[in-house]
Amino acid sequence: MIRGAGEWLDARLHLAKTFRRALNHVFPDHWSFMLGEIALYSFVLLVITGIFLAMFFDPGSAQTAYHGSYKALDGVQVSTAYRSVLHLSFDVPAGLLIRQMHHWAALVFVAAIVLHLGRIFFTAAYRRPREINWLIGLTLLLLAIGNGFFGYSIVGDLLSGTGLRIAYSTLLSVPLIGPRLAFILLGGRVPTPEMIPRMYALHIFIIPAALATLLGLHLLIIWRQKHTNYPGPGRTDRTLVGSRLWPSYAAKSLGLCFILWGVIAALGAFVQINPVWIYGPDNPAAVLTGAQPDWYLGWMEGALRLFPGVHLRLGSRLIPEIFFPGILFPALLFTFLYSYPFIERWFLPQDTQAYNVLKMPYERPFSTAFGCAAFVFLLVLFFAGSDDVIAATSGNSVVAIRSTLRMLVFVAPATTAVIAYAICVIVQRRRAKS
Amino acid sequence: MSDTARQRERGDWILVLTGAVFGWAARKVFSRHIAKLSGAGSDARDPDAPEMGAVRDAQSEEMRESYSGGSGPAKEVSGNSAVILVVCVFLLSIAAAIAFLVAYWMGARHAFLGGAIALSMGAFGAGLVIWAHALMSDEQVSEERELLPSPAREREEAAEVFVAERAAPRRKVLVAMSLGVAGTFVAAVVSLLRSFAEPPGPVLSAPIWRRGDRLVTTEGRLVNLQTLRPGSTVSVFPENRVGQVNAQAVLVRVDEQLLRLPKARAAWAPQGYLAYSRVCTHAGCSVGLYEAEMCLLQCPCHQSTFDVLSGAPPTGGPAARALPQLPLYADADGNLRTGGDFSETPGPGFWGLR
Repeated sequence: MIRGAGEWLDARLHLAKTFRRALNHVFPDHWSFMLGEIALYSFVLLVITGIFLAMFFDPGSAQTAYHGSYKALDGVQVSTAYRSVLHLSFDVPAGLLIRQMHHWAALVFVAAIVLHLGRIFFTAAYRRPREINWLIGLTLLLLAIGNGFFGYSIVGDLLSGTGLRIAYSTLLSVPLIGPRLAFILLGGRVPTPEMIPRMYALHIFIIPAALATLLGLHLLIIWRQKHTNYPGPGRTDRTLVGSRLWPSYAAKSLGLCFILWGVIAALGAFVQINPVWIYGPDNPAAVLTGAQPDWYLGWMEGALRLFPGVHLRLGSRLIPEIFFPGILFPALLFTFLYSYPFIERWFLPQDTQAYNVLKMPYERPFSTAFGCAAFVFLLVLFFAGSDDVIAATSGNSVVAIRSTLRMLVFVAPATTAVIAYAICVIVQRRRAKS
Repeated sequence: MSDTARQRERGDWILVLTGAVFGWAARKVFSRHIAKLSGAGSDARDPDAPEMGAVRDAQSEEMRESYSGGSGPAKEVSGNSAVILVVCVFLLSIAAAIAFLVAYWMGARHAFLGGAIALSMGAFGAGLVIWAHALMSDEQVSEERELLPSPAREREEAAEVFVAERAAPRRKVLVAMSLGVAGTFVAAVVSLLRSFAEPPGPVLSAPIWRRGDRLVTTEGRLVNLQTLRPGSTVSVFPENRVGQVNAQAVLVRVDEQLLRLPKARAAWAPQGYLAYSRVCTHAGCSVGLYEAEMCLLQCPCHQSTFDVLSGAPPTGGPAARALPQLPLYADADGNLRTGGDFSETPGPGFWGLR
C-alpha cells in the first residue's frame, strides 16, 4: 500500500531519485548531536500542546469575580485570562496535564538550545561554512527566551504581573526611544487592557511562525551543508562519515523524540509547574516575595540585582540604572555571540577553507577557557537572581550574599578560565605523549 | 465529597486494578521468553506460545524486507531475543496508551493521565531505539563532500543570466525608483506603529496627586492622625481613586525624634507620618516590605532599600533614585491630606524624566 502511494506520488512529482537520496543521507552518530534534535522535538510538542491550550485560553484583561471549582479564590476579582486558566486547570479533563507539559516543554526547549549552543561553541562547529546557522541558532535562542517570557506573562497571575512590570521598566529605560518602545509593545503604562492580547498574538502566532521558519531554514542548511564529524581515523574536511538516515538513524531519532515526550509528559504529570492559583491573580498593589523568573531569565534577573544603583544624568536627560544590566548587558552579550565566528576569523591567518571536522575542546585552550568563563559568569548571575531565596534558606542576609556574589561574578570566571586553560594544556600534552 | 471527586477516586482505583491485571498478564505471556533471553540467544522459538511466535516472525519478516534496499543485513547475533524485547516494549506502550484512554474516560486525575501517556510514549521511544540498535544496520559509510564554493564557470554563468538585461535603457533609474517605492511602503507600514499607543510623554508626566487630596486606605477608609502607631505602615491612595497604580503610596509612621528630612521637607511629616510612592524607582514593583527597626522600606523584587527617615533615598540594592514623597499635612478634622503631588515623578526612570 505504501508502495502504491509512493508510485501515485511519483507519477505526479517525479520523486523517486530525491526520495532515495534523502533516505541515504549520511548522519554521523554522536550523543552530542542529539541536543539540537531534542530542541526540535520539544518545539513540536510545544506546538501540539499549545494548540490544545489555545482552545481554552481567553486573552482578556477585563476584571471579573471568580466563581469556579477552586474554592480558595471564590469571589476574588481576577482577569478573564486568569479565570480561563483556572478553568482549564481544574475543570477541563487533561487540561492541567497539557498545561504543565507545555510549560515543561518550554523549559526543556530553551535548555536544549543552550546546551546545543554550548556544543557548537566548544567543538568549533560554527566555523566556515556554518556561520549562517550559528546566526540563525542564536536568533532561535532569543525568540525562544522571548516566547517563554510572553507565555508565562499572559496568564494574569501575580508572578506574571510582577515580571511584566519589570519588563516594562526595562524597556522604558532605553535612551531616547524607550518610552515609545514600551508603549508600542504593551499599549501604555502597565497594566493596560491591550497588553495581554498583544503578548498573546506574539506568543501563539508571530513568534512561533518566526521560530518555525527559522527552524526550517536551520534544518535545510544543515541538510545542504551536511553534518560535521568529530575527529577520528578517516575523518577529513573533504569527507563525511556516518550512518544512513534510513532506517537506523530515523528509528533512533524518532525513538529519542518519543522518549523525550514521555519524559515531558511524566514531568507534566508529577512535577507541579507554575501553580498560578497559589500566586493569586495579578494586582499591581500586591507584593510577591521570593518571585523568580523561569530559569532562562535567571541570569538577567541576577544582573538586575547585582548591578549597583548608579544611573547617568545627561543634562536634563536620564539613563536609568536598569538600562545597563537590563538592556546594554544582554545586547552586548548577544552582539558578541553573533559576531564570534567573524571575530575569530579575523584573528586567524587567512584561509578560505571549509571546516568539516570538529575540534575537541582541549585543542583550543583559549576558546574553551573563554567559553567556560562565560558560562560560570552567567551561572553566578543565575544564582544572584535567587539571592533572596538563598538568603532565606541559608540564614544569611541578602546584603552579605549580594556582596559575595558581586565579587564572585568576576573572580569565579577568571579562576575558571585559568583552570580550564590548564586542563586543556595538560590533556594536549598527555595526548601528544601517547 | 463531591460527585466529581468520588468519580475520580473510583477512576483511580480502576486504573490501579487495570494496571495490575496488565502487568500480571504480560508477565504470564512473556515469562518463558524472558527466561530464554539470556540463554538461548539465536533461537528463542517456543512451541508453547504459538501466538507470540507468529507475531515475532511477522516482525522480523517485515524488517528484513525494509532492509532489502538498505545498506546491509540485519544483525542476526541477538536477533530473535531482541525482537521479543522490542515486541514486549511495544506491547507495554500499547497497554499504557489503553490505560490512558481508560483513565481519560473515567475522569482520573492528571497524574494518572500523564503517567500513562508518559509510559506509553517512553516505551514506544525505547522500543524504537532498541529496534534500531539491535536489529538494524548501523554500517558506517564515508562519502565525498561537495566542494565549496561552486566552480568559477558556474558562478560566472549565473551572474551573466542575472544581469542579462544590463543593456536595457534607463535601467539604473528604474531600479532606483523601484527601491524608492519599496522604501515608501516600508515607511508607511512602520508608521502604523503610531496606532499602537498614545504618545508616552504626557502620560508619564501627568500630575497624579492634587493639592488637598485626602488619603484613604485600600478599603477606602479615610486616614487620620490616629490611624497608625509608630513603626507601622499602610498602603494609601487618593480619595475616590483607590487602585490607581501610579498613585499608590505607603504611609509610614515613625518616631518624630528620629526624623532627618531635608530642610525643605521639614513640614511634610505631621506627627511622624510620612508618605512615599509605593512604586519602586528601579523596576516598578510594589515597595511592600517595611523593616521597622531600621526604618527601611524594601522592594521584594530586587531588594532595594530606602531610608524612610531621610526622604527615602536608596541605601542598598540596585535602585538609584529616592522614592518620591508626598507633602502631608493634617486638616482641621485630623485627616491626612497632601499639599501637592509627589516630589518627583514616581516609578521607574526614563530618558525624559525630570
